[in-house]
Amino acid sequence: MEIENIQSSAAIPAKTAGEPNRAPIQAILLQLRAFIALLILFGFFAIYSDSFMQTNNLIILTKQVAINAILGIGMTYVILTGGIDLSVGSIVGLCGIVAGGLINEGLVLSVFDVVIYFNIWIVMGLTIICGMLIGMFNGILVTRFSVAPFIATLGTLYIARGLALLRNSGATFPNLVGDPELGNTGFPKLGAGELLGLPYSIWIMAALAIIGTFIAMKTPFGRQIYAIGGNQRAARLSGVRVKQVTLMAYVISGFCAAIVGLIITSQLVSAHPATGESFELNAIAAVVLGGTSLSGGRGTIGGTIIGAFVIGVLSNGMIIEGVSSFWQTVIKGVVIILAVMIDQFQQRLQKRNG
Amino acid sequence: MNPITDDIILHAEKVQKVYPGTVALKDVDFNIYRGKVNALVGENGAGKSTLMKILAGVEQVTSGKLILNGKEIAPKSPREAEALGIGIIYQELNLFPNLNVSENIFVAHERTVGGSLVNHREQERQTAELMKRLEQPIKPRTLVSNLRIGQQQIVEIAKSLARNTQILIMDEPTSALSNTEVEVLFRVIRELKTQGVSIVYISHKLEELLQIGDYITVLRDGQLIATAPMPEINLRWIVENMVGRGSATAYTPAAHEIRDDALRVENLTLPHPGKAQGYLLDHVSFSLRAGEILGIYGLMGAGRTELFETLMGLYPDATGDVLLYGESLKGKSIRERIQSGVMLIPEDRQREGLVQTLSVAHNMLLASLHNHLFLKVVLSGRKEKNSVERHIEELSIKVSNRNNPIGSLSGGNQQKVVVAKALLTSPKVLLMDEPTRGIDVGAKEEIFTIMVQLAQRGLGVLFVSTELKEVLAMADRILVMSKGRITAEIPRAEATEEALVAASAIGHELVKAGV
Repeated sequence: MEIENIQSSAAIPAKTAGEPNRAPIQAILLQLRAFIALLILFGFFAIYSDSFMQTNNLIILTKQVAINAILGIGMTYVILTGGIDLSVGSIVGLCGIVAGGLINEGLVLSVFDVVIYFNIWIVMGLTIICGMLIGMFNGILVTRFSVAPFIATLGTLYIARGLALLRNSGATFPNLVGDPELGNTGFPKLGAGELLGLPYSIWIMAALAIIGTFIAMKTPFGRQIYAIGGNQRAARLSGVRVKQVTLMAYVISGFCAAIVGLIITSQLVSAHPATGESFELNAIAAVVLGGTSLSGGRGTIGGTIIGAFVIGVLSNGMIIEGVSSFWQTVIKGVVIILAVMIDQFQQRLQKRNG
Repeated sequence: MNPITDDIILHAEKVQKVYPGTVALKDVDFNIYRGKVNALVGENGAGKSTLMKILAGVEQVTSGKLILNGKEIAPKSPREAEALGIGIIYQELNLFPNLNVSENIFVAHERTVGGSLVNHREQERQTAELMKRLEQPIKPRTLVSNLRIGQQQIVEIAKSLARNTQILIMDEPTSALSNTEVEVLFRVIRELKTQGVSIVYISHKLEELLQIGDYITVLRDGQLIATAPMPEINLRWIVENMVGRGSATAYTPAAHEIRDDALRVENLTLPHPGKAQGYLLDHVSFSLRAGEILGIYGLMGAGRTELFETLMGLYPDATGDVLLYGESLKGKSIRERIQSGVMLIPEDRQREGLVQTLSVAHNMLLASLHNHLFLKVVLSGRKEKNSVERHIEELSIKVSNRNNPIGSLSGGNQQKVVVAKALLTSPKVLLMDEPTRGIDVGAKEEIFTIMVQLAQRGLGVLFVSTELKEVLAMADRILVMSKGRITAEIPRAEATEEALVAASAIGHELVKAGV
């Protein structure tokens, strides 16, 4: 009973808002399952591993989680509309290369025979715009040309990865420290800098989670995202601009991927075109673990963050405990399947209770 | 009733069906005569489909008996009914468009070689035989998606015949057919009769029943009202029995002042998608005045829903003009039309009216989010709460908490949420498509009261209904539609059931030759 009390008072919205107030206890437990799973995992590793709870390890863990969680935030929007974005991993890679190229080689305008080196802030701005444009490309394919989201973003996955390889013939842009003479130094700070003892990436994750939740809950755009995923036709007849809103979800996903691209490139101080491979799968796993329905309309960003932490704690703990990486992969898969099975179970329970 | 019992193939005795909360059928006796077309009519909710489902094994009786050829039967599933020789063709055909004709006919009853391999050659031979029997030039290997609706219906009939059907139930078989296709269907039905197949024929098209039916049974409010051999009765008899005399409508709308033109529709035309000719809407013109309740009556497929959807801007390829207080809505999107003051309450609450994953409050606010902002971008919880609680109160929506899921409400209360959603957009003209479909009598009257209140406030209310009584009781003026055209405009004082039924059948008359 003690555990239950902790959970209900924690009141983490792991599931859709607007559930009945007097839900039976097992329904509440089911709703908070991702959070409960996280607490159990956390408790388990805290007890059985000496090094797990060390501040250093927790920061490393959260840094890893941040990457997945930021991608998951964008992914949540897309999945809430009933779509999916498989291209985020490739966007991470391409955006890293774009930023690396702009720092090391500048923007080459061969027509005018000039090379422009940008200030580091502009480099980051351009990189983010690049990510958003790719997201927009996905969105246009899905909304204007009615390409199924799975296929559209699968195509973009290949295109973006290919472009990342093409940019520098498959080679890395190393040593992205910039040149004081060109005025583009300071990029590594993003990955290495700290505020109040925590790396920037963790702060960025927190900020994006808060802003993302606010947009989802408190703006017409957010409300319309949920409506589109729940019943596209009813949303359309209520005057929701389904195409524009859906497109924006993909742009947001592209934005988040670009942010992750910058963070990783900065952490490594070099841009490699293969960065971000299979990141999309981790992001989708985090969203699903967080209780967002793949058919759209149900889910929260808070849930996704918890989902990302579940994956993060699980892999970090297993690494510390020396579980073979092969087994880690198997266990991750089992956890994802369990999560979806529980989700189905909960939906059936909800239907029965009316 | 006919005393000769030996040509009755199936006799339903004192059939009763009780659903939680409602009695769908009360002690209904129903005979199906061997080798005859047994017509079954009644308004929506009269119990036709329940009776049909009981015969077809989809539903089971609460009490009463079904006697087939002298033996009592109780089919527990469509498959059991099929084994007893009872087949059904639903209005929405149940064919697989991606399979060919013979594959469809033998689906789940495949002719096999050695029990596991499908014997396509045998199936195709039998299909060809069936088509010969029906005198239809449909090839066994044609993909069903390449067939016209009328031909698909023939395939459904063949499917039933392949299962040795003695009793074939047809639910609104002509609702999607052209006149020529109807003729073909009638020819097939006559052939089936000579082969001893008994038909139960359900239709709203009364003229059609007079032509094809041998016996007619009228249901109203779950009760058997009358049954007679067709030659003894006429259209007037059917309408009177269907609608009921005297008892009439309990509801009389309160007075409301009718003012100037609110909505003018000029030559609205919508071509049939995918067809070279034919219109879903054929040069529709009318006007709706502020404070007026204008009813539209018409059969399934008359173009009522298409009219509303076109007015909302769902069909960009529609031509003609729509003027709202003199301002043209041409080229405007759904959103812009809603902002101009036109709002639709769709026919299908579940599919088009509500988002099931959202709460009561969020559903209600969905169309008017821009009116509930704080600093122009953020949703104001206070404004939202005020609007929602005000409408829950005004429309007396029974819900304990506005954040409850929409699915936890009864049909009538869900419909009121849809109405509230529309009202929150501050409409000048409200389009209500079958606003009382699937809700109980009490909720119906509440919806009527709301309609009158809106008219009193000066809204133009345009509503569609397939229920004669409802249209006659509520409307200040009635437009009748048939085949995409307006076939009659009748003021309240002159409106009669017969006039509406007659006008709704215009364009459905069959070529008399060969009948």
